Amino acid sequence: MPAAVSLVDVVKRFGSLTALAGVSLDIAEGEFFGLLGPNGAGKTTLISCLAGLARPDSGQLSVLGRDVGRDYREARRLLGVVPQELVFDPFFTVRETLRIQSGYFGIRGNDDWIDEILANLDLTSKAEVNMRRLSGGMKRRVLVAQALVHKPPVIVLDEPTAGVDVELRQGLWQFVRRLNGEGHTIILTTHYLEEAEALCGRIALMKQGRIVALDTTARLMGAHPGASLEDVFVRVMKGD
Amino acid sequence: MISFWTLFSKEVLRFWKVGFQTLAAPVLTALLYLLIFGHVLDEHVAIHGIRYTGFLVPGLVMMQVLQNAFANSSSSLIQSKVTGSIVFVLLPPISYGAFFAAYVLASVARGLVVAVGVLAATAWFAPIRIEAPLWILAFALVGGGVLGALGVIAGIWAEKFDQLAAFQNFLVMPLTMLSGVFYSIHSLPDIWQSVSHYNPIFYMIDGFRYGFFGVSDVPPLRSLAVVVASFAAVSGLTLGLLRRGWKLRA
Repeated sequence: MPAAVSLVDVVKRFGSLTALAGVSLDIAEGEFFGLLGPNGAGKTTLISCLAGLARPDSGQLSVLGRDVGRDYREARRLLGVVPQELVFDPFFTVRETLRIQSGYFGIRGNDDWIDEILANLDLTSKAEVNMRRLSGGMKRRVLVAQALVHKPPVIVLDEPTAGVDVELRQGLWQFVRRLNGEGHTIILTTHYLEEAEALCGRIALMKQGRIVALDTTARLMGAHPGASLEDVFVRVMKGD
Repeated sequence: MISFWTLFSKEVLRFWKVGFQTLAAPVLTALLYLLIFGHVLDEHVAIHGIRYTGFLVPGLVMMQVLQNAFANSSSSLIQSKVTGSIVFVLLPPISYGAFFAAYVLASVARGLVVAVGVLAATAWFAPIRIEAPLWILAFALVGGGVLGALGVIAGIWAEKFDQLAAFQNFLVMPLTMLSGVFYSIHSLPDIWQSVSHYNPIFYMIDGFRYGFFGVSDVPPLRSLAVVVASFAAVSGLTLGLLRRGWKLRA
């Protein structure tokens, strides 16, 4: 069975800056995987390469066995990405936005699923509201909804709870846990390490474009008895 | 096919929702040109035996088709890039061919809607004669396609709104204004007549006008050949850039 996500020696440079310096990683189907690291560690670049938003200089990336370069259409169909930036199209309502996003993935007539996503993200009352009129937290929820409209087996959440209130966080994690329980692979980047500690079964720590630690959350924590994930993170980043 | 249709519909819906700016404004601009130039020149100028106001109408219609086709694709893309919402189009499995076709056809659609609006508005001021409607349609579709594709290139190339404005003000606007919208090139000195023949938009205007009056500066078939060749060249370039992910995928 192919890995949900497979990265082999991925290198990405921006001019003289090496954003990814040979990253290799396999994420199994059904995992809840955490990709952590300080700003500039290469997490978002890695996600961009996986999603086809950036092209690696070398290395191979695949989603459920589909190469993201050669078989890009199928690979993108298997992937749902919540981008880090709070972006939206100001011309449309929430429902229009989700219908349009479904159409981009070749799906029509999926209002039942859209309604279910809206309900789970507490957006039902905002379905006919223009995106411009939503608060930052609401817009963030719509970004999550957009990533889910095509029911992707692999879901990448790039800091999905940045600037989001506690209530939504709890609702969001409940929904994402349910999706994970139904077999969806979840890849999460976040600066809220307590969330990663509570949710992720396995964690990779990145620093300067490399993976510097990769293990189950339990073993990472076990190597530093009594420490929180935040303590582990700080020690690994300092090179202890 | 669904992804193409969705992107096309979204682009049409986008300009439709701000129709006051994207549709009504160009109609008003064309009307002002007609009122001012027509009032000043109608009594004194006739071209190909046609009174000046009547001669001016097809040129104004085609000028708005071209300028609005360019504006549609270019403004949509620069806006998506600046706000970051372009990511919604880049993440799904939309082929570069579908991407190209959706943006260009939506641009042509906006050009045609504006054309109908300008014709309807100007019909009160000058009688409209239509000699060859298929020529009108052919030049509007292919000419709009050329400028729509050029708008895709400009929208992807520009990183800021002022760069796009420079493209529009220093390339598209001069080429359209100096293409025979307001005059026949036979009224120009020889040197400028020769220069006009290097402007592909001249052929779009001249061929489009032929459809109304049955007379033109250049045989319409030659004009159509130039316009189709321009479309093929600009489309080929645009598709090549999209396939490479130029300035869209890092």
